[in-house]
Amino acid sequence: MSTTTIAFTRTAAEHATARAMSRRRRLIDHTVRLFCIGATLVGLFFLASILFTLLVKGLPRLDLLTFTREFQPTTYGDPDAPAGGLLHAILGTLVQSGMGILIGTPIGILVGTYLSEYARGSALGNAVRFVSDVLLSAPSVLVGLFVYQLLVLPAGGFSAIAGSVALAILVIPVVVRTTEDMLQLLPNTLREAVIGLGAPKWKMITLIAYRAALSGIVTGVLLAFARIAGETAPLLLTSFGNNIVSWNLGNAMGSLPIAIYQQANSGFPDLIALAWTGALIVTLGVLAINISARLFLARRK
Amino acid sequence: MSMTETNPASGFGGVQARSEAAVSQQARVSVRNLDFYYAAGLPKALKGINFDLPERQVTGMIGPSGCGKSTLLRVLNRMFSLYPGQRAEGEVLMDGHNILDPKLDVNELRSRIGMVFQKPTPFPMTIWENIAFGIRLHEKLNKADMAARIEWALTRAAIWGEVKDRLHTSAMGLSGGQQQRLCIARTIAVRPEVILLDEPTSALDPISTLKIEELIDELKRDFTIAIVTHNMQQAARCADQVAFFYLGELIEVAPAAQLFTAPKHPRTQDYITGRFG
Repeated sequence: MSTTTIAFTRTAAEHATARAMSRRRRLIDHTVRLFCIGATLVGLFFLASILFTLLVKGLPRLDLLTFTREFQPTTYGDPDAPAGGLLHAILGTLVQSGMGILIGTPIGILVGTYLSEYARGSALGNAVRFVSDVLLSAPSVLVGLFVYQLLVLPAGGFSAIAGSVALAILVIPVVVRTTEDMLQLLPNTLREAVIGLGAPKWKMITLIAYRAALSGIVTGVLLAFARIAGETAPLLLTSFGNNIVSWNLGNAMGSLPIAIYQQANSGFPDLIALAWTGALIVTLGVLAINISARLFLARRK
Repeated sequence: MSMTETNPASGFGGVQARSEAAVSQQARVSVRNLDFYYAAGLPKALKGINFDLPERQVTGMIGPSGCGKSTLLRVLNRMFSLYPGQRAEGEVLMDGHNILDPKLDVNELRSRIGMVFQKPTPFPMTIWENIAFGIRLHEKLNKADMAARIEWALTRAAIWGEVKDRLHTSAMGLSGGQQQRLCIARTIAVRPEVILLDEPTSALDPISTLKIEELIDELKRDFTIAIVTHNMQQAARCADQVAFFYLGELIEVAPAAQLFTAPKHPRTQDYITGRFG
């Protein structure tokens, strides 16, 4: 038998203790909230500052010439000299990023499918997932070096193909991860319902699982596109850059990040202004892709 | 030829025509000495199960959570084969063939023993495509036959009237009860001989539940049905035969009226009177 009895109502002292505890919790709540808001504001400040600088420095040359002309040497401030544009770089980025997506997406989807649907818990599956995650966070210049050894040296020169392969290698782990994650989100009962009708597993995956996970996978591909559109290091070692529009995949090809890199380093104010415009175009392009990815995802839900 | 009057079913060993007059106690599926393991080293999840699913009757499977009734259902259509490590020993006989035989074509088996799940599982496509999906897995139908089959299946599942004007809209827009009847229609459309229902109404409201129960009563004219349920009233309302499971064992199987009024086993008595479980 217990000797203490528990009163059904609180005494005045107990009420005071409860109020004191409550005050303390409110104080901690306010403090933590202040820190959170402060940290958010710091992050937003830098983001806004970057965007503001980009707009101020990039907008002056966001004109038709930028989108219709190739590189021109500096005008030395001579208004009659022809001003250059970024057409070669914009087309190069679209071509190489597009090819990177075309090469990397099928591989990434197949690997992600393997991980989600076939490898559950197997040692090989865990190893593949680990390597893919390492690749996801590997410095992209390493990927550039790898493709330099693999394709550029044997071929004897830089090429857009090598650039596309390097970008594809960056695409693969992003698509692997999103494909696996999106397939994992599907309820197992959906899989069993398809199998229960007498469908073989491959039909379950291709006809139902992909369809159910489509919006997530497409979002992953768009995000991968946004990522590689801004990559500089791997392209520097593979497609190198070019000052004219080139459709030859076996030759060096320009790209926006490399055009920015080269012209920003040129020391000529007109070329530097164009580099800012290039940076603005990349940023707006990536922003547009991100927004469309989000819209796509929202529309499907 | 009207689809509603014919429902031919072919056996593994030949063609069996089912006539209206042939309702009998004849076993459609016989379970013999069935043991089941979820993984090597784990205790048996099913221990020496013996019972029959009578032809064109409803067998209710009841018992507390974890007693093995859903496990047994997943053995009957070899769903467990999806998961490496799960193993069944013993025999499950259908037309004299053991469906646990590893050489058996499981996809054909699953077209003959259909399954409906606890949660409605509409596929992310139109109502029409949902039904057509299962049919296309096993048959090549022209457009008119496909339309007739889809109407037949939706009619049999008592949902045709609600969806006939929206066949080409997404199935995800249906209510939970409608989705479950769509899933039943999808299963029927393949023309199985046996339908397994795994707690088909536990996620539904009372009115939808009532509709599904009426539907089960209607469907047993043509199909052999096994239904797992946590709801004893439901088992009493729907089932001709009831099997009570406890801790992986089949404690008692008897005609519903007998099991609910005069159970032979004291544990059955305790369960149906609500003393445990």
